[in-house]
Amino acid sequence: MPIKKTLGEKVFDTCNIILMCFVIVITLYPLLYVISMSMSNPIEAIKGTVYFYPKGLDFTAYKMIIQSEDIYKGYLNSIFYATVGTAVNIIMTVLAAYPLSRREFSLRKFFTIMIVFTMFFSGGLIPTYILMTKLPIFNTRWAIILPVAVDSFLIFVTRTYFNTIPESLQESAKIDGANDFRILIQIMFPLSLPMMAVLALFYAVSHWNSYFLSILYQTDASLHPIQVFLYRIVSQRNNQFARQMGVDLGVIAAYGIQVRYAVIVAVVLPIVCVYPFLQKYFVKGVMIGAIKG
Amino acid sequence: MESNAGLAINKNLNTGLRRKRTSILSIINRDKYLLIMMLPVVAFYVIFRYVPMYGVLMAFKEYNPVKGIWGSPWVDNYGMQNFIDFFKGPYFWRILRNTVYLNFLSLLWGFPVPIIFALLLNELRDGFFKRFVQTVSYLPHFLSTMVVVALMFFMLSPVNGVVNEIIKAFGHEPIYFLGEKAWFRTLYVMTDIWQGFGWGSIIYIAAIQSIDPGLYEAALIDGASRFRRAWHITLPGLLPTIQIMLIFQIGGLMGSNLEKVLAMYETNTYEVADVISTFVYRRGIQSADYSYATAVGLFNSLVGFILVLLANWASKRLNENSLW
Repeated sequence: MPIKKTLGEKVFDTCNIILMCFVIVITLYPLLYVISMSMSNPIEAIKGTVYFYPKGLDFTAYKMIIQSEDIYKGYLNSIFYATVGTAVNIIMTVLAAYPLSRREFSLRKFFTIMIVFTMFFSGGLIPTYILMTKLPIFNTRWAIILPVAVDSFLIFVTRTYFNTIPESLQESAKIDGANDFRILIQIMFPLSLPMMAVLALFYAVSHWNSYFLSILYQTDASLHPIQVFLYRIVSQRNNQFARQMGVDLGVIAAYGIQVRYAVIVAVVLPIVCVYPFLQKYFVKGVMIGAIKG
Repeated sequence: MESNAGLAINKNLNTGLRRKRTSILSIINRDKYLLIMMLPVVAFYVIFRYVPMYGVLMAFKEYNPVKGIWGSPWVDNYGMQNFIDFFKGPYFWRILRNTVYLNFLSLLWGFPVPIIFALLLNELRDGFFKRFVQTVSYLPHFLSTMVVVALMFFMLSPVNGVVNEIIKAFGHEPIYFLGEKAWFRTLYVMTDIWQGFGWGSIIYIAAIQSIDPGLYEAALIDGASRFRRAWHITLPGLLPTIQIMLIFQIGGLMGSNLEKVLAMYETNTYEVADVISTFVYRRGIQSADYSYATAVGLFNSLVGFILVLLANWASKRLNENSLW
């Protein structure tokens, strides 16, 4: 039923739309600024006259990124961790979630308690670090994949999802002689692709965004993902830190400030590109997570 | 029809098994594939989660890498010396205050924002603009801590950051924001809100959508204005969600913000920025003072755990909704 808006409502609607536009600007402006800076003429960038759009288009910074072994390798490392790490994550999550979703599984309670317990207690930073230094994976690529091989919370979310698939499907497969591995791979997995998409997105984003584990467990800089490169730039102001990291920052200084901006663009780019298409999955993931596991 | 037949057969199998007296061996045999599946996961939890818990013993010892955790000697005062040193040490109050205060400020300023945003969003007409605002607002959540800190660092740079360019344009001296004690908390909280408000609003938007539309229709017929409807229907409808979220966040007051603080702080700002987790990182890993740092970390997680327990108890009391 159409109702005429009162004056107050009209004012409110207008203010609301203006406010929302303001929200959009605040959210997007930092990204716009970084893009503009990275593509501007170095002189304009240093003078600080770039506000909204690139002045004097110049893509040298991007060329430098591709040529600089450090940054280029870091980027490839990031891609490696995001793909391999996510694959490991999904396999582990499914392997845990499926047995836990089976009501007749004898050790279901035991394993559930074992996992839940770790959500509330942990050894903490130092004991984990000491352990890691003793393991053969320390200072290898696996050092930042295996310690986060599976997320307890996502195991339970996935288990809840598996529970929604009718049990009769599994039972009839069993009667036909399929073992649990076949049931998992040929029935459960294809039927839970939306859940797998959610898992892949959450895990991939967390790998792409992580920097701290690398600083802890990888002393060899050639293994570091691109996020660590950003950390070095930011922490070099803290001389003490830079010295401790043993970082050669001469390269970055010579490249000028724009390479930094271009690195940010390169780091954010994959997320911004896939984001609009996958956004609904992220939201779905939150909603699944909100239902008690 | 088919599934019914399957169930019947399964029932027969079950009773058959039960008659045979189920031994442990037959259970293992029945579950063998499930057990094999769990194997890598169990290995993960034992190695990366439970072995470090054993390592917590270090907190009560004078850890010596050569002697190992078990062989290292216990410290004085029944193994509590590391804790006593920490409580009496010069940094105890500073890092405890900073940990709680930073989280508290984030809660105080950051908590209402997603609620207000969800309410305002709800007043927009459905359509492209609404979806666009929503989509844009979630985006910062997916940027890494490192990217957010780097963005802040560049935009606030006293040399050519855009904020200082504006300050200079008005004829003031540029400010080195990240090196100023007075600015650290503000920047920390502001970026927290920037990164989290959109994502945080999802749960409230969902709660609004689950409110019975009949209530709005009834109010409309009674002549309630839009403001009245928001105030008397939407907001009360959100209240349970607000309560739960608030309780959980209070439970997280001792939580770690290690990655962000570590990237943001510098020696000048330690006074207001150093939190327990960054202190543990510096003392434990950079200065290799393992036992002491483990003790500090253990103190942090114990207090944090008590807070979580209290939060869960409170939410149980409020509306029989608990974490577990």
